[in-house]
Amino acid sequence: MFARFWLLSRVALAAATAGTLVVAPAWADDAVKIGLILPMTGGQASTGKQIDNAIKLYMKQHGDTVAGKKIEIILKDDGALPDKTKTAAQELIVNDKVSFIAGFGVTPAALAAAPLATQAKIPEVVMAAGTSIITEKSPYIVRTSFTLPQSSTIIGDWAVKNGIKKVASLTSDYAPGNDALASFKEHFTAGGGQIVEEVKVPLANPDFAPFLQRMKDAKPDAMFVFVPAGQGGNFMKQYAERGLDKAGIKVIGPGDVTDDDLLNDMGDAVLGTVTAHIYSAAHPSEMNKEFVAAYKKDFGNRPGFMAVNGYDGIHLIYEALKKTGGKTDGDGLIEAMKGMKWESPRGPISIDPETRDIVQNVYVRKVEKKDGELYNVEFETFEAVKDPGKAKK
Amino acid sequence: MTSVLTNLFDGVAYGMLLFVLACGLAVTLGLMNFVNLAHGAFAMAGGYVCAVLVNQYGWPFFAGLPLAFIAPAVIGAVLERLLYRHLYTRSHLDQVLFSVGLVFMSVAAIDYIMGSSRIFINLPAALQGQFDVFGVGIGRYRLMLIVICGLLTAALQLVLARTRFGSRLRAAVDDPRAASGLGINVPQVFALTFAFGCGLAGLGGALSAEILGLDPYFPLKFMIYFLIVVTVGGSSSIIGPFLASLLLGIADVAGKYYVPKMGPFVIYTVMIVILIWRPHGLFGRAAR
Amino acid sequence: MNAPSDVRFHAGRHARWHAAEIVFWLAALSCAFVFPSRYLIMTDILRLALFALSLDLILGYAGIVSLGHAAFFGVGAYSAGLLALHGIINEPVIALIVAGLAAAVLGFCTSFLLIRGADLTRLMVTLGIALLLEALAERFSDITGGTDGLQGIEMQPILGLFAFDMFGKTGFFYALIVLFLLFLLARRIVHSPFGLSLRAIRNNPLRAAAIGVPVNRRLIAIYTVAAFYAGVAGALFTQTTALASLDVFAFERSADLMLVLVIGGTGYLYGGLIGAVLFRMLQEIFSTITPQYWQFWIGLVLIVVVLVGRARLHRWVLFVPNLLITRIAGGKAAVAVPESEGP
Repeated sequence: MFARFWLLSRVALAAATAGTLVVAPAWADDAVKIGLILPMTGGQASTGKQIDNAIKLYMKQHGDTVAGKKIEIILKDDGALPDKTKTAAQELIVNDKVSFIAGFGVTPAALAAAPLATQAKIPEVVMAAGTSIITEKSPYIVRTSFTLPQSSTIIGDWAVKNGIKKVASLTSDYAPGNDALASFKEHFTAGGGQIVEEVKVPLANPDFAPFLQRMKDAKPDAMFVFVPAGQGGNFMKQYAERGLDKAGIKVIGPGDVTDDDLLNDMGDAVLGTVTAHIYSAAHPSEMNKEFVAAYKKDFGNRPGFMAVNGYDGIHLIYEALKKTGGKTDGDGLIEAMKGMKWESPRGPISIDPETRDIVQNVYVRKVEKKDGELYNVEFETFEAVKDPGKAKK
Repeated sequence: MTSVLTNLFDGVAYGMLLFVLACGLAVTLGLMNFVNLAHGAFAMAGGYVCAVLVNQYGWPFFAGLPLAFIAPAVIGAVLERLLYRHLYTRSHLDQVLFSVGLVFMSVAAIDYIMGSSRIFINLPAALQGQFDVFGVGIGRYRLMLIVICGLLTAALQLVLARTRFGSRLRAAVDDPRAASGLGINVPQVFALTFAFGCGLAGLGGALSAEILGLDPYFPLKFMIYFLIVVTVGGSSSIIGPFLASLLLGIADVAGKYYVPKMGPFVIYTVMIVILIWRPHGLFGRAAR
Repeated sequence: MNAPSDVRFHAGRHARWHAAEIVFWLAALSCAFVFPSRYLIMTDILRLALFALSLDLILGYAGIVSLGHAAFFGVGAYSAGLLALHGIINEPVIALIVAGLAAAVLGFCTSFLLIRGADLTRLMVTLGIALLLEALAERFSDITGGTDGLQGIEMQPILGLFAFDMFGKTGFFYALIVLFLLFLLARRIVHSPFGLSLRAIRNNPLRAAAIGVPVNRRLIAIYTVAAFYAGVAGALFTQTTALASLDVFAFERSADLMLVLVIGGTGYLYGGLIGAVLFRMLQEIFSTITPQYWQFWIGLVLIVVVLVGRARLHRWVLFVPNLLITRIAGGKAAVAVPESEGP
């Protein structure tokens, strides 16, 4: 019995040594390292992949040297599990001596890394997670994605103005979903609207049919929908199958449900869906056209808003480094990032110097067909929207 | 009242779908006593084959479905000959380890080839939307599911109960040694059965893309559902898993509709209660 | 020959410490000094090892298969998290024990569901319980934080002396000590007459019952103990990471655990420990090389391990050392291949 024991322990020790060797390669001294923690496997993998792609694209376009320093990206997979995120962040900070940690596919992951960012004084660039509170958890957190109240309050106001009286809501049951619902509700009911039915669906949800039947039976003017990026396709398919489009129940919501990377496969039922969101692949600017074309060329499909979040995130890192002249102390970098303004494929954006959260235009869009493809066409712009979740305080 | 019937209809369609997906597993697990957790990988393979043919090569949906059966069946047959047959006599734990390994590989491979986004299969217009029968909303696609799955179930039951192959299979399962003594080519029967089960899973995978969505994590996400169907249904016939699937489908849909927040409890509680009441499933054989 | 004292004697003889074991624990301790920058991942391995040890107690020694062991891990994790979050018990060690006991209570209650039924039924019942708890935790999100998990857990210093630090040094030693103590306890249990009777049950429940072993009571007892262990592992998870989210109950956690234990080997206590090291290291290596597709290579390793067979793998690896020993010492092969032990 102990022969086996000996053997296995030796194998284990060998593996452990090999593991250490692989994980700690030698780096050039004047490199700036960025630890990128994303869900590359599991249900959120498409988020991770879009961000990773966008960063690759940005570095291809802008070179991998900033202020005389070479930029190196170290990608780690956390499978959207917060404990893995935390381990990965710690390893990156301690062993790889990264100057930034970035990525974070889901809210718990971003929150799990927050204390590490604070203690190590390293900027944490949140490129996906969209719950309002994240940036309050550490003075070193900067966000280049969005918050759900940003878009939900605007669609709430829009609904009131456009004669929608009764709304049924279907939202995923987790913090971003609850954020979206709460801020929509506040603005919609303040304008005299009425929520006739409220369903929270579990995050991992195979079949929307029964929930949609509930929506249909409530007979609202429109339904407010938030499902995370990736589930929108499924939702829209079943929305059409159930004939809710024929019953005259429109879909409104933050733009996650009509995410560009899946929009084309959703079928014609999605036509006329009105959403408020931060990015559309149809955004009419030269920069965006180039971005979309380059992304399509390299990765074969249309970029969604997650890709833009990553693209802007790496841009922010580049610009901050330029401003500090390549110095990588955390406080300096955060100071450099505060108030940074630039033109992104989604339009003009900036970092709020007070909250380190993103300030950006929110567009109201309608799904239309252009050249045989489905696009979110923007028809109304709300400029420089701050996170309403914090503006309140 | 009408919404009750609509829900019932949806539940039946969902259950039928689960049955087609899981009945191959009922055969391998129930009859051949092999724990094949990689069953969902074959379903996923069928789904992706159909999706590629229909979306990229412009095949009609109904021409893609047979291929969604054939391709996984061939893959299944090859894997059975190469790998699975060596493991029939091994412990269940080894089988679990092996099939989970297979699941991991298939997940990563599909992710590599097809990307991690969820995909759909383009449907003909005739299958889209819903029509009303006396006020009860009937989804066209779900109706087709019920028809196809119902026919399949009937055919399966006939094959197993009435044909020579069916009796050979049952003999091979009950006592492989005696069966081979009687001149039955037991390995061949097993291989054919296994391949057929994989094919059915593939067909189920193609049919389920519309309702459950198809992404590389399909085998992991639905493994639990398949196992529930098989254990609750028991393994003496395919009627058990069939009824279990219907029960699961209806309970799931009704649970989500009437008590949206309690949905998952309904299924798991039903499963645990049934298994405690009848450890070998609703239609199980006590001796194994 | 059948006197109880005789049983005790035989049990005691096997219970003697082997030199290899001492080296193992010294090696584990020395890891703290060899890899001072990798405390978090080593702590992760220790937690997994304790968790696997727990499964080994029921699977390797009593033959109970479980696909839902995360149920106890999760209960331990949330208990520890809630105790700390609401300041009910601030001292981590006491909280750890309380969390373990909470899991043990659940283990005791659910053990009655497992007495009947074959392997497959047990797999599904345990799985069902874990899934049910996960659904419960999601449903009562005002208590558990739902999908977002418990936020804002702050751990007090252990025994009021050792504060948890960012780099996980305290956490590592804490986990190592807990693992070692519980390992000692497990070792005592399995080498006691009680442990021997468990093995009799695993090998043949009917025969065990025939010679007067109270099968059901023994199974309930060991299942409860294993639940306690898993609960402690869960509590360690919460205390060392300051996190508790729904994935503590996840099916993947139970399934991974099964893989860990089967890789390491069941029924000799060290299997879970070694399996945890191997599994995490493989994961770490592959996911560093390819963050996107590491699962493929893990899968390949699992398949190869099964197809080649663990016994044969050991023989291959041992071929060279054995050759050397026979050549140099001129004696018989000194390192033998152990017989495979299945549940």
